[in-house]
Amino acid sequence: MNDYIVWFDRYSDHDRVRVGGKSASLGEMTAAGLPVPPGFAITTEAYHTLRDHPEIRSRVHELLGGVDLSDADALERVSAEIRGLIDAAEIPDDVAREVTEAYAELGARCGVEDVPVAVRSSATAEDLPDASFAGEHDTYLWVRGAREVLAKMRRCWSSLFSARAIAYRHEMGHDHDVISMSVAVQKMVVPRAAGVAFTLNPLDGDRSTVAIDASWGLGEAVVGGEVNPDNYLVDKVLFEIVKRKVSRKEVEIRVGADDRVEQVAVDPDRQSQPCLSDEEIRTVARLARTAERYYGAPQDVEWALDSHLPPGQNVVLLQSRPETVWSRRPRVPISRPMGLEGIVATLLAPLDGRVGDRKEEGVGQTGSR
Amino acid sequence: MNPQVQRRSMSDRRAGRSSAKEDTPVAQTRFPSPFDIPTPEGAEGWEELYTYSLPFSEDRREYEESMFWFQDGIHWGQALMPWDATFYEFAIASLSQYNTRHYIIPPALGVDYRVLNGYCYLSPVGVADPDEVARRVPHFLERAGFYFGNWNDLYGKWMDKIRALIDRMEALSFEPLPEMENIEVVTGGRGMGSGRDILARYHELVDLALVLWQHHFEFLNLGYAAYLDYFGFCKQAFPNIPDLAIARMVAGIEVDLFRPNEELKRLAKLAVELGIADRLMSGTVVEVVASLETSDEGRRWLAEWEGVKQPWFNFSAGGGFYHSDDIWIEKLEIPMGYLRGYIAKLQNGEDIERPIEEVRAERDRIVAEYTELLSTDEDREAFQQKLGLARVVFPYVENHNFYVEHWGHSVLWRKMRELGKVFVKEGFFTNENDIFYLRRDEVPEALWDMYSAWAVGTPPRGPKYWPREIERRRTILDVLSAWSPPKALGQPPEVVTEPFTIMLWGITSDSVNMWLGAGDGGEGEENALHGFAASPGVAEGPARVIFTADEIGTVQPGEILVAPITAPAWAPIFGTIAATVTDIGGMMSHAAIVCREYGLPAVTGTAFATRDIKTGQRIRVDGTNGTVTILG
Repeated sequence: MNDYIVWFDRYSDHDRVRVGGKSASLGEMTAAGLPVPPGFAITTEAYHTLRDHPEIRSRVHELLGGVDLSDADALERVSAEIRGLIDAAEIPDDVAREVTEAYAELGARCGVEDVPVAVRSSATAEDLPDASFAGEHDTYLWVRGAREVLAKMRRCWSSLFSARAIAYRHEMGHDHDVISMSVAVQKMVVPRAAGVAFTLNPLDGDRSTVAIDASWGLGEAVVGGEVNPDNYLVDKVLFEIVKRKVSRKEVEIRVGADDRVEQVAVDPDRQSQPCLSDEEIRTVARLARTAERYYGAPQDVEWALDSHLPPGQNVVLLQSRPETVWSRRPRVPISRPMGLEGIVATLLAPLDGRVGDRKEEGVGQTGSR
Repeated sequence: MNPQVQRRSMSDRRAGRSSAKEDTPVAQTRFPSPFDIPTPEGAEGWEELYTYSLPFSEDRREYEESMFWFQDGIHWGQALMPWDATFYEFAIASLSQYNTRHYIIPPALGVDYRVLNGYCYLSPVGVADPDEVARRVPHFLERAGFYFGNWNDLYGKWMDKIRALIDRMEALSFEPLPEMENIEVVTGGRGMGSGRDILARYHELVDLALVLWQHHFEFLNLGYAAYLDYFGFCKQAFPNIPDLAIARMVAGIEVDLFRPNEELKRLAKLAVELGIADRLMSGTVVEVVASLETSDEGRRWLAEWEGVKQPWFNFSAGGGFYHSDDIWIEKLEIPMGYLRGYIAKLQNGEDIERPIEEVRAERDRIVAEYTELLSTDEDREAFQQKLGLARVVFPYVENHNFYVEHWGHSVLWRKMRELGKVFVKEGFFTNENDIFYLRRDEVPEALWDMYSAWAVGTPPRGPKYWPREIERRRTILDVLSAWSPPKALGQPPEVVTEPFTIMLWGITSDSVNMWLGAGDGGEGEENALHGFAASPGVAEGPARVIFTADEIGTVQPGEILVAPITAPAWAPIFGTIAATVTDIGGMMSHAAIVCREYGLPAVTGTAFATRDIKTGQRIRVDGTNGTVTILG
């Protein structure tokens, strides 16, 4: 019983391999007291009921073994066939029952029947607990009803065999068999604005700042690069907004009629307005910093401003994962001379004459980049 | 020699940041030549009001035109009275002397200075020849090393010196010449008289003023250099660190510059405790004192009030650089007004105490967090060392201002007015302040005239000569006061490198570009001004534009103060206004230090605030980002 479901708020570390990096992170964040929307992970065991089905297993092997990976068309065909196979497969009753029950309980917790959820892939492997590569696998937003959740769960499973994912694993030398898939089901937030936050400045690696990209509507517009987001830099110690760039945000992704997630044009008068208040910017930065402290390493955080929650409590974190670019670089000392030699060096080259936070960003900024 | 054009050095990668050029249409590539600035009509002959070496002149034209000159509005934003030019000359020459001749600052000589149409223009002078810079380094290491190595000891001596100096100034007195010399002059066999004494005392006063300014810069240049080094380290380690965080890590917590205000708070609390607060709340200071004299509690409080005056009421309501700046001890209504504000707050149940423990804990937290964020232990060691030195030098950087510009100047202005009264009595002047219409080298001439006539027993020429001359000068100065000086003159520097220019005057490559881009006197960006994020927070409210300390009484609660600069003595009104915007000021300008101290949102160094903002307009001040928006 309960082999297939791990609630975020009951997550413990030994569940990591069963739920994948994304859900593990959501579980850890919940435990750390970070405001994460409630939800649960459908464990890899659920996926294995299908993966280990003898017919599916052998057919997948056969297809993957025979494909020429350099032939894009062939790869697409094989991918489509495998995904079709999985999408059409019968979900075992106990899996379907547990997911259905968990979804109903989530609805009860939120006080919403058929609560809208995000259904996200969370790939994992025994020796690669965080095998979820950004953008490799499917994510479904605004899913309602147990039937739909089950269908999207299966789509997430099959997204292990998207052409991109197959090619990527091949390149990385990962065995297709060792990769498994967990699925995160999480209450959907209805974001007025959303985006990402890095706990260092991605441009210069400055670890004293949180860099925030923000735009109207769902954060997918920011993650997917559909929009030029507003950009803020916040100092981690004083939580001062040290830089801000408000861009023209021409589109937003939002939930329209019939729960359809759609990309729409932003009203002209809202395009160049900042999508966060200063207080909201600071809250996002504080939460990102809390996540960084919790994990003990720079983080890459997705956040949203839930319009269903009251101001002051409306900033939620959707996920947090380790920042990988600057964190992997060796940290070298600044090597500025000490003592008087340092003072001489400073006098000879005082910062290009720049002292002071003169904000030139605002100058001539009208219009987008 | 064009010293500003120095090598772009190791920070070439930052060169692209001077983006004002790309962002704004470049209206000009250089500032007007000082020789192209006409004399305003009616101010002809203004040059005679100053020492012959102060105006720009054909004699040095080639050199003067090759330099970059900026108007020093921080200290001398108004047209300069002839005698007031004394402190200008003493200050800038003393600053320069320490760079050039004492500490041998490797890349920097002094700051050259001029007056144009009554306004002060400065020009930092670098050492252009790299070999010469290298030759200066070992001298600097030896000399600066000695001061850094013995800082606290030398600073202790400085405090003794400055107090002894001020005592000597206080001891000078100027009295009308006697009808006949005292008998003791005769019986004591003194062999000289009062006329000689008054001349000697004036010379001593001028000499002590020069000593005061020499002392002023004994530590300051080195203090700024150490701070700049620490600052540079922080900016390199954390390119986006707010200047405020860097300043907060070194800022002193109990600083003499804030003592006058702290003493007023203490007096307010004492008045409430003694149950006499209501008797302080109305009437003139004389009336208040008379009323308090009638009770034990009142007398106890008055004893404290009297005790605080020396030295803490030797506090200028302006910057201390103009004789016309009000001084608390001469205008007791000023501290009394602030005192009443604090009493009202206390009676309202408000806490006026500065939470010292919290401030201290917060400072430690900031230091601990940045230390943790550094990459390596080597950096942590360097950071501790540079922060440590910055903290050693900083008390001087913050405190000297009270001792020199406030206390020292306060005494000097008072003594000059004492001398002015003597001239009034002899019919030379109608007002004691007329003395400031004389150049400092003219005062001995006038004294001579007075003395000589007294000696001979005949009328002096002065009573006819000076009122006429002062009237002529008053007209010229009125014209000059109404004139708007350009922000800068001459050849713009490629890079600003002189530490004072950057730290104190806030002149950076960016500000120079901004002035160029805005086309001095032309229009800047519509409805928005940009400056230093001097003190965080956002505020909206009606603007109150004022130009001098005299107008401070017009500022209403909730208004946003817009001024060329602000002075430490304005601090008490910071409790009632919503924010501050200034035209001028760097991160270490006195205004910036005070704004941070009082947690008031502030944007400094906007260049055009008093020009573009009108009293009554609603404005939004974003002190976190350094922007001011005119809402309408």
